[in-house]
Amino acid sequence: MRNLKRQLLAGPYLLWMAGFILLPLIVILYYAFTTTGGNFTFLNVSSITFSVHFKALILSLKLALICTLICLVLSYPLAMILNNMKAKSQNFIVFIFILPMWMNFMLRILAWRMLLSNHGVINSLLDTIGLPRLDILNTPTAVVFCMVYDFLPFMILPIYNSMARISSDVIEAARDLGANSITIFFKVIVPLTLSGVLSGIIMVFVPALTSFAVSDLLGGGKVLLIGNVIEQAFMQEYNWNLGSGLSFVLMIFVIASMALMNSWGDENGAGVW
Amino acid sequence: MSKRLIDLQHITKSYDGQMILDDLNLYIRENEFLTLLGPSGCGKTTTLRIIGGFETPDQGTVIFDGKNITELAPNQRQLNTVFQKYALFPHMSIAENIAFGLKIRKKSKAYIDDKIKYALKLVNLEGFEKRSVNSLSGGQQQRIAIARAIVNEPKVLLLDEPLGALDLKLRQDMQYELIRLKNELGITFVYVTHDQEEALTMSDTIVVMNQGYIQQVGTPQDIYNEPVNAFVADFIGESNIISGTMLKDCLVQILNVKFPCVDEGFGANVPVDVVIRPEDVELVSPEQGMLTGEVTSLIFKGVHWEMEVLANGYEWLVQATQMHPVGDHVGIWVAPDNIQIMNKPESNDEKAVESDA
Repeated sequence: MRNLKRQLLAGPYLLWMAGFILLPLIVILYYAFTTTGGNFTFLNVSSITFSVHFKALILSLKLALICTLICLVLSYPLAMILNNMKAKSQNFIVFIFILPMWMNFMLRILAWRMLLSNHGVINSLLDTIGLPRLDILNTPTAVVFCMVYDFLPFMILPIYNSMARISSDVIEAARDLGANSITIFFKVIVPLTLSGVLSGIIMVFVPALTSFAVSDLLGGGKVLLIGNVIEQAFMQEYNWNLGSGLSFVLMIFVIASMALMNSWGDENGAGVW
Repeated sequence: MSKRLIDLQHITKSYDGQMILDDLNLYIRENEFLTLLGPSGCGKTTTLRIIGGFETPDQGTVIFDGKNITELAPNQRQLNTVFQKYALFPHMSIAENIAFGLKIRKKSKAYIDDKIKYALKLVNLEGFEKRSVNSLSGGQQQRIAIARAIVNEPKVLLLDEPLGALDLKLRQDMQYELIRLKNELGITFVYVTHDQEEALTMSDTIVVMNQGYIQQVGTPQDIYNEPVNAFVADFIGESNIISGTMLKDCLVQILNVKFPCVDEGFGANVPVDVVIRPEDVELVSPEQGMLTGEVTSLIFKGVHWEMEVLANGYEWLVQATQMHPVGDHVGIWVAPDNIQIMNKPESNDEKAVESDA
């Protein structure tokens, strides 16, 4: 009886899952494999091989990869510095990193558009001090720049968390056994933070790969990512079948990248889930 | 006696203005099992960490094998530590854990494999090479931590309350294991504990510490039978510590009763602390007793009965194989050589006794 009551508590969530996760997935799958007339087809999915779609997918993968790498390179040393601070300063810095997340995502992207535009704050500043202008608006550089800005906390936090979990005893034990700082870093700290790095990579790579808002607003229509192609299929061409087909392909890539990370993590004893 | 291997000279250490160690002087002989014993916060762990190199003293010198190593980093010292919480590397197998120090010293694979086998045999965990750290019990993990330390052939093994996290039975077994290990390896052990029984069982030398000061250094027998002050007497085993007056040589007055004793040289009419171990208090019939009292509590402890006897305003702790029920009138008798006389604390470091005892 008590068990049944407890199971009932999961009811609302199960309903939510069925209605807003499972059902849409089934709808997407239905559209992806049918024509507008409702007949079965592979055409929507295989249209990823069309030059324009394929290029967008490759560019998406490339930018997401660059973004993830930059985030990783920025985050790891930062997390180390953070971890060595006093507990009070640590909390404050973490708070500062999370602060931008309190603002609307679109608002932040638009703010960058203002900052980077021809007559924007940054270029006016560069003009006054006589430095060359920064013409990166409407280029992939601006898109990557903004994605790094948006997704950086998702890399820092898991790495910082995994680092904070390493007990100082273990570091001291390594030193006691004759390890110098470099050996301790590569043999103890890196392996023990691997799970944090892996979840950070997934949390940055997946949204970067599927993002379309950033490229839409900072790419000026010149940076076409797979997300933009899908958005156009739905919103401009009203071709739900094509949009669903491409979404399905993108989903495969997301799942594949996560599976890859996970198997790599398992081999090194740092499974993400 | 063998030579001095470690010499701590005038070591002072404080954290945030709070004095942890004040002018500590201590030497450790080669092949000795030395235990730093004291309550938490007495500075015993800090002393060990200074020997290990994890802390640098504010003042003073650490001499190791004739060389000054005060400023030397832990990874350059010829000693290894066994930590209280094992501190095994969770991402490595047992074999990799044990091999860690040897790989850093660039030993050959054959040598490392031999050493792993030897060390696992020594700690009675043969065949555990491939196991993961998390699949081991606390006692097994601590054995691996010991194996990981000793394969490096340190001259000194530092042990920081290594049995603190284990249950009683396992702790007792491990005490015998450690004694055996120490004899087989023939190296110096410096052991930190707050458990007096552990210290008495294993040590060649016990250093009793309190509030940053060394209270007494001696063999287990010395420390137990001849405590130098009330703190040591109270900390090592249970005891009756009573204020008294030394009337003259071999006669002390406590609780308004004169007791013959064997101590001399305190002077006449000097206030002293008197220590009588509970097993040395003999309960006799009221007529035969030096003083009489009433049994107020009775507890069965297995090998003996533990009683409290209220006599002349003091609750005497008594351990005996003969029981007396609560309410019984008994006489108390103490043999002269079972009465231990100590000076009242006078100097600065002895005052540490009063505030804590």
